[in-house]
Order: sequence, then structure tokens, then C-alpha cells
Amino acid sequence: MYVAVKGGEKAIANAHALLAKRGRGSADAPRIDYPQIRDQLGVLVSRVMAEGSLYDPELAAKALLQAQGDVLEAVTLLRSYRTTLPRFGITVAVDTVGLPAERRVSATFKDIPGGQQLGATFDYTHRLLAEDLETPDVATPTAPVDEPMPRVTDLLGADALIERDRPDEGWTDPDPGDLTREPTVFPMSRAERLQALSRGDEGFLLSLGYSTQRGFGNNHPFAGEVRVGEVEVEFFAPEIGHAVPIGRIELTECQMVNQFVGSADQAPQFTRGYGLVFGRAERKAMSMSLVDRTLRHEEFSERVVSPAQDEEFVIAHSDNVEAAGFVEHLKLPHYVDFQAELGLIRSLRREFQARHGTEASATSTSTSTSTSTSTRSEENA
Amino acid sequence: MSGPRIVYNEGYLDEQTKRVVRRALLKGVAIPGFQVPFASREVPMPRGWGTGGVQVTASIIGPDDTLKVIDQGADDTTNAVSIRAFFEKVAGAASTTRTDEATIIQTRHRIPETPLTDNQIMVYQVPIPEPLRFLEPRETETRRLHALEEYGLMYVKLYEDIARYGHIAKTYDYPVLVNNRYVMAPSPIPSFDNPKMHQSPALQLFGAGREKRIYAIPPYTDVESLGFDDYPFEPQRFEQPCEICESTEVYLDEVLIDDQGGVMFVCSDTDHCERTLTARELDQSNTDQSNTDQSSTDPITDHITDPLTEVNA
Repeated sequence: MYVAVKGGEKAIANAHALLAKRGRGSADAPRIDYPQIRDQLGVLVSRVMAEGSLYDPELAAKALLQAQGDVLEAVTLLRSYRTTLPRFGITVAVDTVGLPAERRVSATFKDIPGGQQLGATFDYTHRLLAEDLETPDVATPTAPVDEPMPRVTDLLGADALIERDRPDEGWTDPDPGDLTREPTVFPMSRAERLQALSRGDEGFLLSLGYSTQRGFGNNHPFAGEVRVGEVEVEFFAPEIGHAVPIGRIELTECQMVNQFVGSADQAPQFTRGYGLVFGRAERKAMSMSLVDRTLRHEEFSERVVSPAQDEEFVIAHSDNVEAAGFVEHLKLPHYVDFQAELGLIRSLRREFQARHGTEASATSTSTSTSTSTSTRSEENA
Repeated sequence: MSGPRIVYNEGYLDEQTKRVVRRALLKGVAIPGFQVPFASREVPMPRGWGTGGVQVTASIIGPDDTLKVIDQGADDTTNAVSIRAFFEKVAGAASTTRTDEATIIQTRHRIPETPLTDNQIMVYQVPIPEPLRFLEPRETETRRLHALEEYGLMYVKLYEDIARYGHIAKTYDYPVLVNNRYVMAPSPIPSFDNPKMHQSPALQLFGAGREKRIYAIPPYTDVESLGFDDYPFEPQRFEQPCEICESTEVYLDEVLIDDQGGVMFVCSDTDHCERTLTARELDQSNTDQSNTDQSSTDPITDHITDPLTEVNA
């Protein structure tokens, strides 16, 4: 009975107590502590940090624990905390060239300066369920390799085979937009779009990226480079007069190289799609770079024919906190509106039946007419 | 590391954010019915569960305010209880279930039956602030239509309803024209409530958190529900009175009471129902004692009134 939805204070308290109990499981087993989640479920923690827009493995692990493993719930927890934090300013753009890559692969060249490095990857693991997990000894690297690792796209850029990542001259790094502090208005700048994509739902971006590969927004991508590693974050402090390092964060960067045949004004050149995500998040970074490139159709005068090219469609629906909330709000009582619809559908049906009654008699009249006609023709025969 | 790791601001929203919201509200009041984009924040409840209303309320509530929160007209629906508890916790706000005692009324899907006064502010929770959304999904396009006051699409939709069904088939979130300029979504209140918005002495504020829009209707503003000269707007009507308090001319919920198709109609506004019932019972007990005894032996009525009395407690 709908009335059961009412009278909630005690019901809510009881529900929350039960939820906590379900989350605890058997009291005989020790409770998982957040450091275990942070260290042993690192990829999951990365996802919560990326979509929660807050780089803090400890809080992400705590959120996951509190959410009983519900990723979107954990993301919501982290976001609702993040939004209350003061924003001190904007860091200096992170230098991913200087990023000592734990992992770095390129699909466009067999060998690249600095070398390819597989690093910690699920690639080439045989996906066979294991009874027990083994942890082999891994020798810690003796000394960091000092060989520079230029970005593959920069190598291509040297020959102008790929679009430059900034105009040749007269360019100063503009302050990026911040969708969490400024009103969202379409159309967006690319910087705002990239922020939205970086916060966006991995599954949604994966599917959209995939759709572009299957012909819904053809963009012929090559994984120019994927790299994962820790990078230093610097903050320009006016009081000191120079940038000071404030910490290190782990990032995954993907530069997708895309075909482009050129136009009347532009020489044929490769184009870029860019992905940058907190933590170990290759699938997300790759999906993001596919979608980023697809959304740049206007810059290359490409025809808009597929969902992934539609900025409003992509950006307005990529945020899983918003999507989950709105889909799940259907659980809230709607009986006032439903009552209004009930009233309308009853009156429409009454009117239909009244009309149908007359139409039904009209139909039967026409049937009887045709019967009489055939009777007549029989008579004629 | 010393001290607790996780610290929330007093009142949840920081002052800077409240200022952002207030600025949007002021702009909204200055341009009645215009949707002002604002940097909507996450609040500790899911998007779509009143996050816009919560941000508006959090930005205007002060120590002298008394808050009432209703969902579907009722003070005791779970989400209303949850939002009221949130403000009691983070803002230390006094709360009430009585419409006439409240200075701020946050609502989802209803306007109270008790007439509002110029000391009150209505805060509406809005899911889809754009009245043209289901006619044109693109924000870039709808903003242009509003700017040009180009509402032909909406009138065509209403006309098509009339052509197809014989009347306008919109029963809630029925579009209104505010101050003779902007077509506005009144939030999914039933069209029954639309006339209450017109020339209301109360300030009406609308918050759409997920969609990041705020809009407003200042007190004593014209709010006209769209219609045609020959097919004017017609709010819903209920023929029967409330089966608990016997009020007429109020919005009723249809409550299923058995599996045989039995239903009863009761007030959607629980506060109104409760106060009317109390007044009536007082009247009756003065005149006839036996009548009240009879009603309390009715198991159905008991079941319905239970949660209402809980609110009282």
C-alpha cells in the first residue's frame, strides 16, 4: 500500500541500521580496513578518484568501504565532500613528458625514444580464474632511467605531421574553466569538455568511444601513446614568486592519433584526441581521447551524424552522479503526478469509449451494408 | 597527521557558494521566469532528490526561519523527512509541519492548500527546469527560443493535444507564462495547483540542482497557465471530498485499500487534512460524542491517520 511510503522517520533509521549490518557481513570475519582497499584494489580506487574528481586514495578507499563497494555511491560521497573544500587556485600544467613512466606503450611506432615499457598491465595476462593469488618478487629498479621520453605526438609534431597542441605564437596558457565552480553553458570550451570527460562515467565513455570505432562517427584512431606514472604537481604561489611542488599524483595519459585529410585551408595532417585521468585508468583515458576527438568535429568541419559527436548529448549525460541520482529518483513517491495522470487517462478513456461506441455502431452499419451488397450480387448471379 | 581528516563546513555549503546561489536568485527575481545558470554543487543527497531546492534553502535560511518540507503534499514522506532532518542537523533550523507557521516551505510536487502570505518563501525542487525540453532537447536551441520569445513550439504541442484528445493532455508541470514574458516550468506540481502561483503574496524560488538552473517568481506576479481563447486552461477538479477531513476543493490522493479495486480519496496536503480534521472533531465532540467513537473503530481510517498523528508527536 502506498501509504507505507509515509511515516518515515523511524523507517529511515531502521533501514540505515539494516544497511550497516548488511555491509558488515559475518561478525566472525575481520572488517576490511581502508588501507587494504587503497593498496589492494588500486584500480577501483583510481576510478572513484577520477569520477569523484578528487585525488585522495585514502578518502576514496574510505568512501568505497562506506558504500559497500558501490562505485557510484562512493563517487557521490567523494564529490559531496570535495565540493565543500576551498579552492586555492590552479596548478601549473603538469608535465607529462617529464613523467617517469611506469608504463608506456605506443601502437604507432615499433621503437620510440625512451623505449616501450609494459609496466603493470593486465594486457597479455591469461584471463584464467586463479584459486590463489601469487605475489612474485619484483626487483626494484636500481636507478631511474634518465633517458628522455618525448611524447610520440611531439615527435610527429616536429614534422608538422600532426596538429600542434597550441598555436605557434601569441599563445599564453589560459586559466582552465571549472565546471564545478562555474555555471555549465553549452557550447563548451575544449578545456571544459575535457574536464567533464575526465570526471565522466567510464562505462558511458567506453561505449561512446566504441561506437565511434564501429562507424557512428568515423575517426580512424591509432593509440599514439599511452603512459602511466607519477607526476609532480606544482602550484604558483604569488607570495614566493615561483612555482612550488605540492605533491605527486599518479596519472594515465592517452594521446590518440587520428586521420584527417585536410580541407581547403588546412594541409592534410593527423589530429589528436586527448585523455588524462587520475590513477591507473587506461581504458578510461583511451575512451576519453576517442570521444574528445569526435567532439572536435567543428574544428575540422566534419559532418555531425552520430551521438558521440553531439556535445550536449555526450557531456550532459556523462556524469554518473547526476545520471544515477535522476534515474534512481524514480523510486521517490510520485503519486501526486500519477493521480493527475490517472484522472486524465480515465477521462480520455471515457471519451474514447463514448466515441468508440458510436464508431462501433457505424462499423457494424457498414458491415451490414456490404453484406447486403453481397447478398444483392448473389441475387444478381 | 593530527585532527580529524574529514571536516564539513557548518551548514554544509560554504559562504562563497551561498553567495553564488544568492546572486543567481537575485537575478532570477529580477527577470521573473528566466532560468539563471548557476554552479550547482553536490549536496549529500543524490541528484534528482531535491539538490536544487536544498541549495536554495541552504542559501536563504537563517536562525529566525522556520522550515517546512513537503513531498507530494505530505510532511512525512521519506524524502521530506530526510531533507528536514538534514537541515535540522547542519543548519540547526527550526522546523514545522504547519504551513501557517513556516517562513520557508521546500516542496516537491505540491503547493499547500493553506493560502500563503507575504512572509513566506516557497522553494520548489525542480527536475527539468526547461519547459521546452521535451519539444527541443538542446539547451543551445531552447535558450535561443526563450531569448526570441519564440514559443510557437509549445502552442503547437498544446494544439496537437486538443486535435488528438479533445483537450490539453498535460496534467502536471503545466507550462505557465510568467510576467507576460517567459514560459516557465512550474515543476511537476499538478495543474490543480497552477492558479495558486498567480499573484501569490509569497516569493517563489525554483532550484534545479542536476540541471544547474535557478529561477524565480517575485510576489504578486502574473502567472498565466497557457491555453487558447476557445480552449482555455482548465485545472483538474475532484468531485468527491476528502474521506478523512471532508475538505472539498483540495487535491486528493487515491489510496488503494484492498485488492478488490477498493480506493479511498484523501487529502494530499497532510497538514491541511490534519488541521481540518482536528477542527471538525472539536466541533463534533462539542455537539455529538458518539460520532468520533464511530470513526476511530474504522480500521481503514485508523491506518491512514496513524502516520498523521505520528507527525503530531
